[in-house]
Amino acid sequence: MASVNTAEATAEKKKTSEAVIELQEVSVLYSGKPAVKKVSCTIWRNRITSIIGPSGCGKSTLLRSLNRMNDFVDGVTIEGQILFANQNLYGNDVDPVEVRRRIGMVFQKPNPFPKTIYNNISWGPSINGYTGSMGELVERSLQQAALWEEVKDRLHESALNLSGGQQQRLCIARALAMEPQVLLMDEPCSALDPISTAHIEDLLFELQSRYTIVIVTHNMQQAARVSDYTAFMEMGNLVEFGETDQIFTRPEKKRTEEYVTGRFG
Amino acid sequence: MAFVSDNDQKNLANRHRKSRLFALLCAVVTWSSVFLLGVLLVRVTMDGLGWLDWQFISSFPSRLPERAGIKSALVGTLWMIIMIAIIALPVGVSAALYLEEFSKRGRLSRLIEVNIANLAGVPSIVYGILGLAIFVRFFALERSLISGALTMSLLILPVIIIASREAIRTVPMSIRYAALSLGATRWQTTWAHVLPSAFPGIMTGVILALSRAIGETAPLIMIGAVSFIAFLPTGPMDAFTALPIQIYDWVRRPQAEFQELAAAGILVLLAVLLLMNATAIYIRNKTEKRLK
Repeated sequence: MASVNTAEATAEKKKTSEAVIELQEVSVLYSGKPAVKKVSCTIWRNRITSIIGPSGCGKSTLLRSLNRMNDFVDGVTIEGQILFANQNLYGNDVDPVEVRRRIGMVFQKPNPFPKTIYNNISWGPSINGYTGSMGELVERSLQQAALWEEVKDRLHESALNLSGGQQQRLCIARALAMEPQVLLMDEPCSALDPISTAHIEDLLFELQSRYTIVIVTHNMQQAARVSDYTAFMEMGNLVEFGETDQIFTRPEKKRTEEYVTGRFG
Repeated sequence: MAFVSDNDQKNLANRHRKSRLFALLCAVVTWSSVFLLGVLLVRVTMDGLGWLDWQFISSFPSRLPERAGIKSALVGTLWMIIMIAIIALPVGVSAALYLEEFSKRGRLSRLIEVNIANLAGVPSIVYGILGLAIFVRFFALERSLISGALTMSLLILPVIIIASREAIRTVPMSIRYAALSLGATRWQTTWAHVLPSAFPGIMTGVILALSRAIGETAPLIMIGAVSFIAFLPTGPMDAFTALPIQIYDWVRRPQAEFQELAAAGILVLLAVLLLMNATAIYIRNKTEKRLK
């Protein structure tokens, strides 16, 4: 793809998108020690935003604060505001259960329930009062996660018999079954082989038209390949945030350039 | 070996010798305790087997050894097992779930933890005294099955709580996170995922605790289980006896026949214990397979 076209396409995309999540000076502290420092940026609808940075830079911590998964870690406090549909996710009247239902998550290591493939998908919707046809929902979710063809004949076998890559796609299908407005992915390919990784990256492209995705990744090539926007973090600071193209080809900050060209990290 | 120098060779031989010595030591310790147990079993079987027949199982106690049986004690023990399970299982597992899944880690929960660990080591006679004061006297439950079952439940609760907590702790956090990230509440996560995964471990702990309870004698003597009972309990408020009490009563008598009756009673008690442990293993294997 010629770079002019890409630039036009991204400009076009930007125009037609709207903010889904807005971070305003967000800090995350573990027992008073800041892991994320005053991060402000915007997550756009139907776009893939990747967060990159060296180990321990706070990217996973930031991601987990977007659906309140940090609530389960002792001693975590959040400062600043995370606006989702114009509502602060950490407001007093916000129920974290409702937040997690609308902002789904896929974890670093595949973590299917020790149940059947079918039940892995159906459990989330059923506890949240889904009343439609469960069979259809299971099929649709597995198809969206590009797993249907491989498992359609063994839906009632244990999910633990699947390969690592299949398990991770099952976890994606499980999250998609909730029809989340945003899907958070915490290094979803780090435990997978290159072929499974390619599967998941293809999948991300297809999901993009329907979902807003935020992905944390170790792998800069992956961020460059799949995302529309990239955030570069270092030691808890958001060093630079912008269109992926610009971050990788014309970074404004010296530090970003050094990182994306592989001079450290 | 061509690539190993003489010095290394000597050193290696030395290390292998130490390793074999340690293995031998472990084997001696293991087999000597098995041997002692075997001697005990053989003695008891030799004494009691002659008395162990249907008449013995199906008769009430009697002052004539040839007419004495263990019926009321066996039925009393079965009543006890069921009642203790009904009381102690939900309370113990709930307490374990609360401590592991719901309570905030703090000074209070640590205090509770230390206390539970301590209670597991309190002599059973102390529980007997407690049961006598609280259930028999204060709640006026008299010398009944329910008093015995409540006292025994107190006795094994710490064991059940500790075993259940261990089992709950082995459930990986990633399963909890998966459920919570789908918009499940803490309780839904616990009920649908943590509890089923921990179930085999919990059941093993519970049945081992129950086995301990049915072998206990001191608390039952304390709260006044009677050894001479010529009727079967019909409800939880009835007087009762239990296998260890009956055995204790026979052992105390001077006649040789009653000593042998006691041995036969021990065989019955051992059979009940073996059956319970086999059940524990069966349940564990079955539920573990289902998860895989």
